[in-house]
Amino acid sequence: MKAPERYYDFQKDISGCGVFGVINTKRELIPGSMPIQAMCTMHDRGNGLGGGFAAYGIYPDHADKYAFHIMCETQEGLDSAEELIKKFFVIHESQPIPTKPTLAIKNPPIVWRFFLSAKQGGDRPKWRTNDEKDYVVNVIMHINKKTPAFVFSSGKNMGAFKGVGFPEDIAEFFRLDEYQGYIWTGHNRFPTNTPGWWGGAHPFTLLDWSIVHNGEISSYGINRRYLCEHDYECTLMTDTEVVAYEIDMLIRKHGLSLRMASWVFAPPFWDEIDRMPEEQRKAFEALRMVYGPALLNGPFAILVSDGTCLMGLNDRIKLRPLIVAESGSNVFMSSEESSIRDVCRELDTVWAPKAGEPVIVKLED
Amino acid sequence: MAFAPINKNYHDFFVVRDKDACINCQVCVRQCSYGVHFWDEARQCVRHDNTKCIGCHRCEALCPTQALLIQEKPSNFKANALWRPVFIKNIYKQADTGGVLLSGMGSPADIPVYWDNLLLDASQVTNPSIDPLREPMELRTFLGSKPTRLEFEETPEGPRVKTKLKPNIALNFPIMFSAMSFGSINFNLHIAMARAASELGTYYNTGEGGLHQSLYKYGKNTIVQVASGRFGVHRDYLNAGAAIEIKIGQGAKPGIGGHLPGEKINAKVSETRMVPIGSDAISPAPHHDIYSIEDLHQLIYALKEASEYKVPVSVKIAAVHNVAAIASGVVRAGADIVAIDGMRGGTGAAPAMIRDNVGIPIELALASVDQRLRDEGIRNNASIVAAGGTRCSADVVKAIALGADAVYIGTAALLAVGCTLCARCYTGKCPWGIATNDPYLAKRQNPDIAAKKMANLMKAWAHEIEEMLGGMGLNSIESLRGNRDKLRAVGLNQIELDTLGVKAAGR
Repeated sequence: MKAPERYYDFQKDISGCGVFGVINTKRELIPGSMPIQAMCTMHDRGNGLGGGFAAYGIYPDHADKYAFHIMCETQEGLDSAEELIKKFFVIHESQPIPTKPTLAIKNPPIVWRFFLSAKQGGDRPKWRTNDEKDYVVNVIMHINKKTPAFVFSSGKNMGAFKGVGFPEDIAEFFRLDEYQGYIWTGHNRFPTNTPGWWGGAHPFTLLDWSIVHNGEISSYGINRRYLCEHDYECTLMTDTEVVAYEIDMLIRKHGLSLRMASWVFAPPFWDEIDRMPEEQRKAFEALRMVYGPALLNGPFAILVSDGTCLMGLNDRIKLRPLIVAESGSNVFMSSEESSIRDVCRELDTVWAPKAGEPVIVKLED
Repeated sequence: MAFAPINKNYHDFFVVRDKDACINCQVCVRQCSYGVHFWDEARQCVRHDNTKCIGCHRCEALCPTQALLIQEKPSNFKANALWRPVFIKNIYKQADTGGVLLSGMGSPADIPVYWDNLLLDASQVTNPSIDPLREPMELRTFLGSKPTRLEFEETPEGPRVKTKLKPNIALNFPIMFSAMSFGSINFNLHIAMARAASELGTYYNTGEGGLHQSLYKYGKNTIVQVASGRFGVHRDYLNAGAAIEIKIGQGAKPGIGGHLPGEKINAKVSETRMVPIGSDAISPAPHHDIYSIEDLHQLIYALKEASEYKVPVSVKIAAVHNVAAIASGVVRAGADIVAIDGMRGGTGAAPAMIRDNVGIPIELALASVDQRLRDEGIRNNASIVAAGGTRCSADVVKAIALGADAVYIGTAALLAVGCTLCARCYTGKCPWGIATNDPYLAKRQNPDIAAKKMANLMKAWAHEIEEMLGGMGLNSIESLRGNRDKLRAVGLNQIELDTLGVKAAGR
């Protein structure tokens, strides 16, 4: 799409962070207390300007509905978002996200959730021929752009919970100890140059994908322009957003596997590619030629999930910590081993994945 | 004092000769191709005629006793903000000759150099800078059309790519030697560029003068050019290089053609260009088979057919007012590479009025073309090569951050072999042995030394680019390309910022 007027003149937030993730490969439910405790251990990796969690398997009763989590400063804003949602979706349930007044959380926005199914074909006001996921993504972007409300979670049987505060305070505010899920990710944020904004906290989600990220994407300027060419407009003032959109584009639209996408984010170096057998050399050369603008350059450790797997990935020269550990059917990924040991003292294996090499843990089913 | 014509009084330079140091060895006499220095038989000493000096500094550099100093003549006209000396002197010249004012090299006019208003970023605290001496730092660049997406097949050995890619050329550095034809510069420098490009793993452009048979062996690192004169263009030529470039325009002289005077056409130039010895080689202003974008489309595909779709086809255009729309058309017409030549680009000969007044600076042109191609979703269809006035590695970094895939350097490459920018290339008397085919002068360039100097320059720039890239926390050039967030501007107005797509410093 054509870049919006003055698209170059953006404010971007820079942040350091702590991340934690856990997946139970047998889909056994893990209570929210575990990731909360793990994030508490890494309290000092944040500065109270952002915390959040994503959980999969939390809405089994509405597993086939899109669960939209929406935040807005004002009731009017929320109403305008609801108007739009009514036009584009069938609303099955609409309710406030349960919260609890928490001393540490000042001036929270209104948080609301909808369980929705997408209107089909002729019932849609716009984008009639789009496939359903494209349609949902378009509507999300539309709401985020046209209304003061912000959709911060949109997958099925999953949800993101985030805001300004330490993760443990956010967890208390959203009553996350009352949820159970088979995959959890958590994030503690240390932004350095912007006042906290609830929408800017992690995880970032789009459809079922959720991302938590520790690092600074120095290639953000080009990633953002590249995504704009592919009709993704970055509006959230933070670099993690581009990871979410790139995953959506590469996997959903271009049909790449998660493994291939991770190679786009952190491709092998040329001297390694030059030593590969002919077929692979050609494949990686093509990957870097075509997807070079999507390379995530700069320090990062990211945890990505779509509800069927959990992936941990470091940048090409491992400039951020990332530890993986296994215990029975639980696999943990974290910025610090201490946070894993704190919630699971006995571990079968613990290792630090190599730079640029993803760890992808899939559900057994 | 006898009457002297007015242009004899207002020459640009004068020679200071230290009489004590001068040993009357006559090196200056032999070195000066403009006849400034001469042996005065009556006085038995070397003397000089200031009016002939063009300020090339050859005598000064070669004088064994450092007895010579070439200075701008300090004699001033009465100060006048409108009638600056250059205009006054030009009028004297034209009143004498009735001719068009000729000039060489890039425009010296005071047109904003936006590179100087753009500043680069570096990492502090929140992300680590990367030391290129200890960590990999990747500059490899591919020029050519790329698909929007790829399809892979996963095999036990690893991924295989199913999408068929169009031909691309691979560069070890995002810098190439720009088109300078054999004829406009001499054979020694063509060999030098060919060898330097081969050693470096980059490319040199033949320019419009064809490619001498003896240089075909460097074809893997050669871009062969097809210009409006079609000099030296034949089937073998088109298949001799790694890419073909159609030259539509040149930044130094948009809208006009070229003229290589007959005096420069010796036997070797003649056989390469396929024109008779001593006859002028005239490139028409337009290609007479391209009067429209659809004609360009035909030529692009004619060349692709002739080269069996094995090499990318580049189209070089001058940066003019509507450059973004033109570039978009060029890409849609099938060009795999668009080379944009800014108005400060060099030339062997151009009318001074054209050189100093026609076109726009490369920075603005590059920024608008890159943005336009992205807005139209066709940026991946073609690479962008920026040319015209790249002075240092920081300019290269800024060009890439604005959106260029690579840059062409011409003037910088000639400076590397001794050019002093005296801007008299069109006389064919270049005392440095560059823009001349006079064997006596041309042999001043040793191809081995020239190749070494050109290669050195590029290696030095590559090191500096790596340092700047690492400082920004990037370890691969593709993360800088089009990454305008790495640039900030000082002293520009809002419209310039919008055109460049760069934030003001401090924001």
